[in-house]
Amino acid sequence: MSHADQPVLLFLHAWWSQLACALVIVALVPLLVAYVALVERKGMARLQSRMGPIDHDLKGLLESLASSVKLLLKEDIVPRDSDALLFWFTPIIPMAAALISLSGLYFGPAFRVAEDINIGILFVIGIGSLSFLGLLLGVGASNGHTSSDAIGSSAQIVSYGIVAALAIVSGVLLSGTLKIRAIVDAQLEHSVWFIFLAPVAFFIYCVASIPGAYRSPFHRHESECERKAWSMAGTGGLRLFLCLIGEYTNIIVVASVATTLFLGGWLRPFPNVHWLDGLDFAPAFLLVLATTYCIYKRKRAVALVCFIAVLIFLLPWILPSLSFAVPGLNGAFWFLGKVSAYIYMFIWLRIHLPRYRFDQHMHLSWQVLIPLAIVNLFFVGVAIFLEAELGWNRWLVTSVTTLFTLAVLGFLIRWHDQRIAAGTPALPSDSYVR
Amino acid sequence: MPANYFPVLIFALFVLAFPVAALLVFKFIRPESSDDPAGPQESVPDEEGKVHPPPSSRFYFVAVVSVIFSVATVFLLLWAIRYRAWVADHSGGVALVALSFFLAILLVGYIWLYKKGALEWTR
Repeated sequence: MSHADQPVLLFLHAWWSQLACALVIVALVPLLVAYVALVERKGMARLQSRMGPIDHDLKGLLESLASSVKLLLKEDIVPRDSDALLFWFTPIIPMAAALISLSGLYFGPAFRVAEDINIGILFVIGIGSLSFLGLLLGVGASNGHTSSDAIGSSAQIVSYGIVAALAIVSGVLLSGTLKIRAIVDAQLEHSVWFIFLAPVAFFIYCVASIPGAYRSPFHRHESECERKAWSMAGTGGLRLFLCLIGEYTNIIVVASVATTLFLGGWLRPFPNVHWLDGLDFAPAFLLVLATTYCIYKRKRAVALVCFIAVLIFLLPWILPSLSFAVPGLNGAFWFLGKVSAYIYMFIWLRIHLPRYRFDQHMHLSWQVLIPLAIVNLFFVGVAIFLEAELGWNRWLVTSVTTLFTLAVLGFLIRWHDQRIAAGTPALPSDSYVR
Repeated sequence: MPANYFPVLIFALFVLAFPVAALLVFKFIRPESSDDPAGPQESVPDEEGKVHPPPSSRFYFVAVVSVIFSVATVFLLLWAIRYRAWVADHSGGVALVALSFFLAILLVGYIWLYKKGALEWTR
C-alpha cells in the first residue's frame, strides 16, 4: 500500500456507514419513488374498479421501470424562448432539495446519513421546502402559463408552509429539542407518541403537508381538471422525470417528518410496556404472514419481495453474530410501516376528495389554519405547564385543552362561513383568480 | 458540531451528481433532437406573454404577510425549544405569560390585516 492511500483509507474508515447509507438512499429512493407512483396508480384503479397498470410483465410490476425508461429516452426539448440556465436548473432543484432533506432524517435507530445534526427537523423542513423554488424557476420556460402557475403555486406552498411550521413548533414544544434522535427518545421517555398529546397539531400538519407535497385535494400545481401541470408544461422527458422524483420524494419527506415528530418514529407500539415485548417479533411474523398470503393469492412477484424481506429479518436468528442488527431492522420496519401508512392516506385522500378552488384553500390556510395553529401552540404550552409544573393528570389536561382548541376551530369555521355567506359570491373557477 | 454536517455535504454531492450524470449519459443514448428548437408548449400564443395579465396584487400581499408570519414562527420555535427547561425550573408560568404577550401583538397585526382585507381572495 502506498503512502498516498492512507488519507483515503482513514476517510473511508471514519465515514463508511454514512457513505453506505448515502449511496443506498441515492440509488434506491428514485426506484422506491417509482413504486410509490405504481402503488398510487394501482390503489386508484382498485378504488375505481379498474385494473390499473397490467400491460407489462409481473402483473404490472415492471410498469414503473418501463415508464421511467420511456421518459429517459425521450427527445430533449428546450423551448425556443426559454432561459437556458434557468431551464437547466428547474428540474434539478426540486429533486435535489427533496433528496438532500432525506439526509437529515433517521430511518430507524441505525440507518441515517448524518449523525445528530443539531437543528435536525428544522434542517429537514427547511431544505425540503426549497423544492418550491423549482416551481418558481419554471418562469425560465418563458411561457405565460408556466409563470402564472409558478406564482400561484408558490403563494399556496408558502402559506401552507407557515401552517406546517407552526404545527411542528407544537411538536417541538413537547420534545424540547430539534434533534431527530432526541425527539424520538423524548417520546420513549414520556411513553407516549406525541400525536396523543397534540392531536390537533398532527391534524394541522396532515392538512398542511398535502400542498407541501403537491398533492390533491389542495394542489394548484398539478390541477388535472383545467390546467394539467402548467408549471411543468415546457419540461419533458428526462427533466420531467427529475421533477417527478422530486415530487414523490417530497411525499416521503413529509411522511417521515410526521412519523418522527408525532407517530413515535421507529418505536414499536407501546415501547415501555414490557409484557408486550413480544411485539419485537411482530415485524418478522407480519412479513411471514404477508408472504404466505401472497403465495396463496398467487402474487408471485410481491411474494418474492416479501420472502427476501423475511430472510433479511431471520438472518440474525440464524447467525447470532449478526444479532446487533435486530433493533435497527425492527426500528426500520416500524418507521417504514408508519411512513407507508401516511403515504397511503395521501393516495386515499386524492381519490376521495374533490379538489379545492384556489380561493378556498387560500382562505383555509390564512383564515382557519394559521389562527388555529397559533391557538393550538398556546394550549399545548398550557397543557405542559399544568402537567409538569402543577402536577395535574396528563390525560385530563390534554383532553380539556384539545376540547378548547376544537371549540376555537368550530368558531373559526363558523365565522369564515358567515363571512362567505354575507359577502360576494365566490368566483366560478380559480382560473379567474390570478 | 460542523463535523456532523460533513456526511450531508457528501450526500449533497451524490445527489447533485445524479441528475448531471443522467442528463449527460442519456444525451448519448436517446434519439437526436430535431434541428428546430421547440416553440412554447400547450398552444400559448407567441407574444411574450401578452395574453397573460400580470399577477394579481394579492400575491404581493401573501409574500409580505408570509414573511412576517415566518419570522414570528422562528421566534416561536426558539421559545418552544427552551420551554421544557423553563417548566423544569418552575418558571413555566412566566414563559407562558411572555408567549401570550407575543401572541397578542401577533393577533393585533392579524386582526388589522383581516380588517384591511389582505387575507381575502374574492373581493
